[in-house]
Amino acid sequence: MSMTTIDEAVNERTYADYSRPLLWRVFMTREFAIIALLVLVYFYAYGNVANFDGPLTLYYLFLDMAPIMLIALPMTLVIITGEIDLSVASIMGLTSVMLGIGYHDFGLSMPLAIVLALVVGTVCGAINGFLVAYVGLPSLAVTIGSMALFRGIAVGLLGTEAITDFDEKWTDLATQRIGGDSSYPVILIAFVVLAIAFAILLHFSTFGRGVYEIGLNDQTARFTGVKVERTKFCLFLLAGVVSGFAGIFYTLRYGSARGDNAEFYELQVIAAVLLGGVSIFGGRGALHGVIAGVLLIGVVSSALRLENVSTNITNIVIGGLLVLSVISGSVLSSVSNLRQRRAARARAPVKASHRSGQPDDGEKAASE
Amino acid sequence: MKISNRPLAAFAGLALAASIGLTACGGDDDGGSGGSGGDGGGDITFLPKNLGNPYFDASTTGGEKAADEFGGSIEEVGPDQATPDSQVSFINTAAQQGVGALVVSANDPTAICDALNEARDAGVKVVTFDSDTDPECRDVFVSQADAEGIAKKQVELIAEQIGESGEIAILSAAANATNQNEWIKLMEEDLAANYPDIELVDTVYGDDDDQKSFDQTAALLSKHPNLKGIVSPTTVGIAAAARYLSTSEYKGKVALTGLGTPNQMREFVKDGTVTEFALWNPEDLGYLAAYTANALIEGDISGEEGDSFEAGDLGSYKVGADNVVVLGEPFVFSKKNIDDFDF
Repeated sequence: MSMTTIDEAVNERTYADYSRPLLWRVFMTREFAIIALLVLVYFYAYGNVANFDGPLTLYYLFLDMAPIMLIALPMTLVIITGEIDLSVASIMGLTSVMLGIGYHDFGLSMPLAIVLALVVGTVCGAINGFLVAYVGLPSLAVTIGSMALFRGIAVGLLGTEAITDFDEKWTDLATQRIGGDSSYPVILIAFVVLAIAFAILLHFSTFGRGVYEIGLNDQTARFTGVKVERTKFCLFLLAGVVSGFAGIFYTLRYGSARGDNAEFYELQVIAAVLLGGVSIFGGRGALHGVIAGVLLIGVVSSALRLENVSTNITNIVIGGLLVLSVISGSVLSSVSNLRQRRAARARAPVKASHRSGQPDDGEKAASE
Repeated sequence: MKISNRPLAAFAGLALAASIGLTACGGDDDGGSGGSGGDGGGDITFLPKNLGNPYFDASTTGGEKAADEFGGSIEEVGPDQATPDSQVSFINTAAQQGVGALVVSANDPTAICDALNEARDAGVKVVTFDSDTDPECRDVFVSQADAEGIAKKQVELIAEQIGESGEIAILSAAANATNQNEWIKLMEEDLAANYPDIELVDTVYGDDDDQKSFDQTAALLSKHPNLKGIVSPTTVGIAAAARYLSTSEYKGKVALTGLGTPNQMREFVKDGTVTEFALWNPEDLGYLAAYTANALIEGDISGEEGDSFEAGDLGSYKVGADNVVVLGEPFVFSKKNIDDFDF
């Protein structure tokens, strides 16, 4: 008897699966707002900016944004846990230098030099991850430190020199187009593969649920069985590996390994992630928004450059977008909180009557 | 059942993102043929190392002056930081716009090479000025001065200031600085051949560090009491040496010359520490670069060695070995003209 009642209680949901209908959930999000803005800006530029419709525009746009698109993937996960990684651009610089030294000074073959550089990126990520996850230091402090450390090593190893004698086969590969003459460079293939992998990891796996839970409250995450330390360590490790990969791409694209390569890229990555709707406090965000955020920055800067607008103005526009996006996020959430509270107040008596069944009539009768 | 309420939204988002990519692709195919080429036949884009740098403001002013004369238009674009890759997106943009020519001062001789060659494939003429790239990445390099000219002018200035006899010393940058060492070697040769009464007693290195250059100047003067002149072929060195001299008993007695910028040297020229020093005039450099670009666009020259063209007020120029055009001998700054410059 008691068994059956428990089963019933488990099977029978007393609340809706979702608080909002499907369309609402798809379209009324910050992610979708960014996607809509991207489409709008793209087609506006397409129609109004001279030469934006040229065959080179998308090709250069993807080449320029590729490192940021790549690093934005792990950065999204890192920021969703409420942490941050400021050292990604320095890891790019260090892997760039290691690729050059491995190829030029150690005489390694290109694939081996690439492996060496990737290992260096992984080690950098592991150092960050160890200090943040297992030693328990705040990631802001750790990665400000490692940002300077990795950059310092990179510049120290090469000085003001540059290594430029890379095999052309490889530098050409970095700028090659899919199918020979499309607008899409081959790096996009790597990006799409990684994007799908990260989307599965974040949105369709228990690991990904853990990432969100840590961002919302890492104590409760721990109590619900999320391996907080391991998760954070993995994310910084991933950030290191992907930054290393981005550093290799960057080096080959420009055919130049230098210690000061990719300086200040970390800020662009973080700006793109935040623009894409990820909360800097953690716990909220989605990859499709971030990808749209990166592309939006790319389209805006490309269009403004074609209009010969100076970089400062471009920075102002992108900075403005970023601030607006952050403000709109908190305004929207406070508005929806308000509405929810009102709705909850309005619903409360009805709900009570539903649950209690029989006495409700009496209550009604009494009120009548 | 750990599936969240996000997958659907995420999927929809990815699908949307993908469809944007696809529509973008479609749109591109439609507009591709019409977009290239552009309408900027005689347009010249100036791309300095970075914006907000008085030196390059001056060169762009020179370029605009030239454009006014031959009836072209100059657009100046550039990054705010002089990092190696930061110029690439601007070069790409010039290729997209199909401008007539791109006049660039390279932050990195190699990193912008591919981008420049892509721009040339798109029909853009590429002129480097001030700072060159690898020769295969540009049509012509407009050089501010050749090593002989720089060395000769500095020897000439110091000889004039000390009356062609006495001890002099050189305050250089780093001991292994390629440019400076080449100039020093040429200066030594020139001194030995043409100025028998001038003795070069010492060469010291301030490493282009202000304090070290200052200290080295002090050490030089106490070590060589008969020193009559100092040559500093580096802007950091000459400014530091001038600062030391201006506050010491040697002010006006020991001559100082070399390569400096007017803004750094103005107060020392006005207070009499320094009478004359040299550097190229960036305005002339931009002027010549614009004329060179125009000659390439018009097809007057192809950029090969031996081609010659007219460059307005500056006269006639010839393309030399490695497709280099040399501006001429360094420009001499003195009390009379220093206020005309701001860089």
